[in-house]
Amino acid sequence: MAKQEFETPSLKKIPEIPPVRIGAMAHSKPFIAKAEHQEALGYPNELVNNWKQVALDKMEELLGKYRSLQVFMDTCVKCGSCTDKCHYFLGTADPKNMPVARQDLLRNVYRRYFTFAGKYFPKLVGAVDLTEEVVDEWYRYYHQCSECRRCSVYCPFGIDTAEVTMAGREILAAIGVGQKYSNEIIGKVFKIGNNLGLPEPALADTLEGLEEEIEEDIEVPVKLPLDQKGADVLLITPSADFFAEPHVDGLIGYAKVFHQAGISWTLSSHASEAANFGLFIGSYENMQKVAMRIREAALELGVKRIVVGECGHAWRVAYSFWNTLIGPFDFLDPNYPVPQHICEFTYDLIKRGALKLDPSANDDKVLTFHDSCNVSRASRMGDMPGGQFVIPRELIKASCNHFVDMAADTIGEATYCCGGGGGLLTDDLLELRVKGALPRVQALSEVIENHGVTHMAAICAICKSQFSKVLPHYGFGMDMIISVHQLIGDALVFDSTH
Amino acid sequence: MFLTALYACLFYVMTLTLLIGVGLRVIRYARIPSPLVIPTTPAPITRSGVVARMTREVVFFESLFKGSKWTWLFGYLFHFGMLLVLLRHFRYFTQPVWYWVETLQWLGLYAAFAMTLGLAGLLARRFLVDRVRYISAPSDYLMLVLLLAIALSGLAMKYVWHTDIVALKAFMLGVMYFDWQPLPADPMLLIHLSLVLFLMLIFPFSKLLHAPGMFFSPTRNMRDNPREHRHVAPWAEKLGAEKLGAKQPGSAATSRAAD
Ligand code: SF4
Ligand code: SF4
Repeated sequence: MAKQEFETPSLKKIPEIPPVRIGAMAHSKPFIAKAEHQEALGYPNELVNNWKQVALDKMEELLGKYRSLQVFMDTCVKCGSCTDKCHYFLGTADPKNMPVARQDLLRNVYRRYFTFAGKYFPKLVGAVDLTEEVVDEWYRYYHQCSECRRCSVYCPFGIDTAEVTMAGREILAAIGVGQKYSNEIIGKVFKIGNNLGLPEPALADTLEGLEEEIEEDIEVPVKLPLDQKGADVLLITPSADFFAEPHVDGLIGYAKVFHQAGISWTLSSHASEAANFGLFIGSYENMQKVAMRIREAALELGVKRIVVGECGHAWRVAYSFWNTLIGPFDFLDPNYPVPQHICEFTYDLIKRGALKLDPSANDDKVLTFHDSCNVSRASRMGDMPGGQFVIPRELIKASCNHFVDMAADTIGEATYCCGGGGGLLTDDLLELRVKGALPRVQALSEVIENHGVTHMAAICAICKSQFSKVLPHYGFGMDMIISVHQLIGDALVFDSTH
Repeated sequence: MFLTALYACLFYVMTLTLLIGVGLRVIRYARIPSPLVIPTTPAPITRSGVVARMTREVVFFESLFKGSKWTWLFGYLFHFGMLLVLLRHFRYFTQPVWYWVETLQWLGLYAAFAMTLGLAGLLARRFLVDRVRYISAPSDYLMLVLLLAIALSGLAMKYVWHTDIVALKAFMLGVMYFDWQPLPADPMLLIHLSLVLFLMLIFPFSKLLHAPGMFFSPTRNMRDNPREHRHVAPWAEKLGAEKLGAKQPGSAATSRAAD
């Protein structure tokens, strides 16, 4: 590893709000999308000549299409309640990473061109002209937001900076300045079916390999079926589950649950990806196009239910947006929620007594749970508000004896993002990712110290990748982070009655 | 007589500006759809749950309380102080004075001090907290100064430079019923009235739009029911339609993005 060019923030006895350091993160800028990455998504190849007009037109269009954006541009009173709530501000001290300041990058331009006060008294209300410097700032700071919605919890008007970030990114893409990481990945989904660009034969191989591995390990013929027509359940899971650590142990966990419950299921090579980066770039059209593959696969395979694997923003898109984007799901079994989260699915089986778990199998571990931002603040599980906090914890408690929660103001609806969400999980943003993880790692270090926690479970592919990368920067092991369904899989007791 | 005519006319113009300006804004907010279901969760599942959530926001400033205790305290003193002071002012617009307005009079007095204290606290925060200072534009300071000046000029009239309340009330009623009566020409009264008129003027063009705006915030007023109800904005209906099949728009389970 090359020598790191930034300093990892130090963990404190008590979490601190840093004094602002202007420009502290002004150098952070992800790679810009190349022509081919832009083209696949229907955006111009490079900065267009009349970019200013195009940007303002796009802004006007979005203001008329999204009530959120229009209302959020007008209602902020600069009360400051959100200023210390963003993990990127807490980790970098750059004031432009305060949610309201991030919104202001767009709001100041909105005021200049779309409001009376900003047109005639720009200095008074802080309105600014749209210049190349402004566009550059947009690019930098709209790629220092993971769209985690933590700020929206504390805003008296529910202003959600994620919505503003998405609008900012969409305007940028429209003038030809897209982000390479996200756009390249969306292109791969369009072309091949998943974020990794893993084609069908490679996927089939991988799954076969996993089956052998499981059989060797526990001597039970657990299957991972692919493209099996007529299966009951279509499992849509993030492609990282197919090969990345610790994700793959989660996938093995799902397979064991299906096996033990005796429910037929299948993966799809056409829709081998739960992640939907169309959300990150704020594009309704691209998000719909990515999701459409799932509807097509479900129809093609003739399944009755769709279950979604462990992934945060993917669950947001599935739970909150699928019905809108690719519904109605009148061709699926109405007795089950569409879609259903794998945690809901497993929880249901446990409650019905269909699974036997021996929590002592995980006695070597003391667990804590990281609530993923998009699951917590943009979706639900079960039939009551807040089920998304209860169900994963019930699963952990059913599969291991030692569980402690982190500090109350860092979990549940107040949870901190892992630092890598929202299309930022790329090595060109490593400094941001390490610094943005500070609040979560701080809370983790407290339970390690006080309760001897050895592992942190999560239900998001991005969280898992991000923590395995950044935990070592803080002096913790990369294998501390594990899948909830790894715990389930390890605790499952197989018997021959099924 | 000139003063009377001037202020009477200003009252008409500013009231119209306020009503039309805010009205146009509200119509715009109401017309723009929310294409996706985006309540900040955990969110209520039912309509009555949403009403309860909004009520907690409006009456208790629930989210602000979670976010910043000091801002909540000062903000609460200011807003509810101002509300009581406004209600107290109803005695200048009603004849005979409504019963509940009369019973509120003593409370309204304390409220004026609460309002002033709250505003002073908010202003101090703007100067003292580095994060809040960073996000403040000149208008953010001036708004607080304006409100503070309104409160202080009102208090000054009550305790120092009294004005002819009976004549003032006759003037206000005259304005309301188009039967103008002379306005007392006391400087403090004229200052107080001018500031209030100015506030009415800038309301629809400033961040004071947060008052109507908060009711339109999709993260707060939407129900968490996307699996049960299909929610499609009119502009999104034709997108992807050929892949979804012809029966997509208006199918039984589809609820238009009206709520
Ligand atoms: S959405 Fe999350 S990352 Fe973005 S500004 Fe708000 S708190 Fe920060
Ligand atoms: S909490 Fe909301 S109103 Fe207050 S400064 Fe932040 S975005 Fe603006």
